Amino acid sequence: MAYKIISSQCTACSACEPECPNVAIFEKGGTFHINPKKCTECLGHFDMAQCVAVCPVEGTCVIDKSVPRYQAPA
Amino acid sequence: MQKLVQLLEFGAPGAKSLEEIRQQVASAGCSSKGGSGKSSCGSAAGQGDLPPEVWEKVKNHPCYSEQAHHHFARMHVAVAPACNIQCNYCNRKYDCANESRPGVVSEKLTPEQAAKKVLAVASSVPQMTVLGVAGPGDPLANPQKTFKTFELVSATAPDIKLCLSTNGLSLPDHVDRIQAMNVDHVTITINMIDPEIGAKIYPWIFYNHRRYEGVEASRILSERQLLGLEMLTARGILVKVNSVMIPGVNDKHLVEVNKAVKSRGAFLHNIMPLISEPEHGTVYGLSGLRGPSAQELKALQDACEGEMNMMRHCRQCRADAVGLLGEDRSDEFSNEKVAAMEITYDLEARKAYQAKVELEREAIAKAKTAELVKLADETSAIKIQVAIATKGGGRVNEHFGHAHEFQIYEVSTAGAKFVGHRRVDLYCEGGYAAADGAATIIRALNDCTAVLVAKIGICPKDALAEAGIEAVETYAFEFIETSVIAYFKDYLQRVEKKEINHVAKGDADIRQGAFTEA
Repeated sequence: MAYKIISSQCTACSACEPECPNVAIFEKGGTFHINPKKCTECLGHFDMAQCVAVCPVEGTCVIDKSVPRYQAPA
Repeated sequence: MQKLVQLLEFGAPGAKSLEEIRQQVASAGCSSKGGSGKSSCGSAAGQGDLPPEVWEKVKNHPCYSEQAHHHFARMHVAVAPACNIQCNYCNRKYDCANESRPGVVSEKLTPEQAAKKVLAVASSVPQMTVLGVAGPGDPLANPQKTFKTFELVSATAPDIKLCLSTNGLSLPDHVDRIQAMNVDHVTITINMIDPEIGAKIYPWIFYNHRRYEGVEASRILSERQLLGLEMLTARGILVKVNSVMIPGVNDKHLVEVNKAVKSRGAFLHNIMPLISEPEHGTVYGLSGLRGPSAQELKALQDACEGEMNMMRHCRQCRADAVGLLGEDRSDEFSNEKVAAMEITYDLEARKAYQAKVELEREAIAKAKTAELVKLADETSAIKIQVAIATKGGGRVNEHFGHAHEFQIYEVSTAGAKFVGHRRVDLYCEGGYAAADGAATIIRALNDCTAVLVAKIGICPKDALAEAGIEAVETYAFEFIETSVIAYFKDYLQRVEKKEINHVAKGDADIRQGAFTEA
């Protein structure tokens, strides 16, 4: 799985963009989005998902259950 | 030397046209060091006890000098939307309640757009001397955008002073860069030095790739704020400390904060009232916590006023405000309008305006001294507050019905002192009096004995008189401080002759909500 940003709640403050260790976050149509192919849920980088930790609106960066679970390289 | 810079294709994509301006300014021999103040610094006009080198830095800065804010304007550019802490008086979902009108999303700017906007404003508003980055998030949580903006502006408009306003969490990491870019004014918002109190103000911070909560978050924040303050003052950078007065949370504690920041070399302390309404959607707003009254705020400011200057003229303006403090011309300089403007950056015209202000300031200082001499042989225990309707320039020059705010002076035989301002909703809207008459204005001025105006209608004058506030037109277009002292002298004489009774006044309301012209 990867994280996703719920667009209707995103304030477009851009705080998450530079924090992402995978450069998976980008701006499109006035809000920010996560490329699920790049997102690693910050596993192997940090103790907590950076986008979740820095986002000012609770419940905006959430697990996207529609994509397969991220597999950390062996 | 004429330094005319024509920008022909202002609406074209940024970098190129900015680069053209930069080159032309550079070839005209401008220093990139900033600071055009070549006028004599021995002037008595407002310098007070400040050392000359400090006065030189603050005299044209409306946010650092009460005296300057009558004459000089500032602008903020909203290039820094990201923040690294959460405050209970701020709701980022609807913009920051203390910086912007809630519910209205300011135009975000790229550094290139911001630099163009600064040039556009500087060319049509010669009194604009200061550029600040104040959010809507934290400038140092967006260091690339903030410093790129400063770099572009100092290359094209070298006489504009640069400043920024931060929560201080990332400050120690950026002090060297702040110094290198000649940012010589930094504001740090410090609401507590006790993490237990901080835990009631800050639910979390984001630091070193982690979210910290509770007391630990505030302990880290406080350490970083005070470290940043010490590092800045050690480098000779002027630091103003902003504190939000939150009744029942940190109101008493701010006296301790004042001592802590004073001992670390802060230049100015600005205690602001909490702005809190349910519709702002903030934690405090929703939980029913409200801001202080005018006299509660003044009592705290008075208690902190020792050897340290207290700022009392803060308008808690928007993160994209443009103009004199208390006015907002940001609508005139929207992205769209700026893109269509043809810009001429005329440094000489700006210097000429600033020289004119210098003369005006000296005239004000002389007039005040003369009036104070007349008061010298008076002795009285009476102390009153007088409200002033002004639109700038240090004069009583606004009609009562057109005033968005009133400046408040406290006056006794010791002299007149500016103690604050009161924002009000316009009495006169499109030629008609407001529906509730002068009631809200009276509540805002309830602790004043008189209001000095350029002109006032019969109706509001009678309503004010009924509330024990004398409306006075005698000092129309005169200097403010001179008028306040002259009024007070006259007041004392009338009390002495028993023509009027001196009455101690009550408290007054602080209008909620950030200022907007709209």
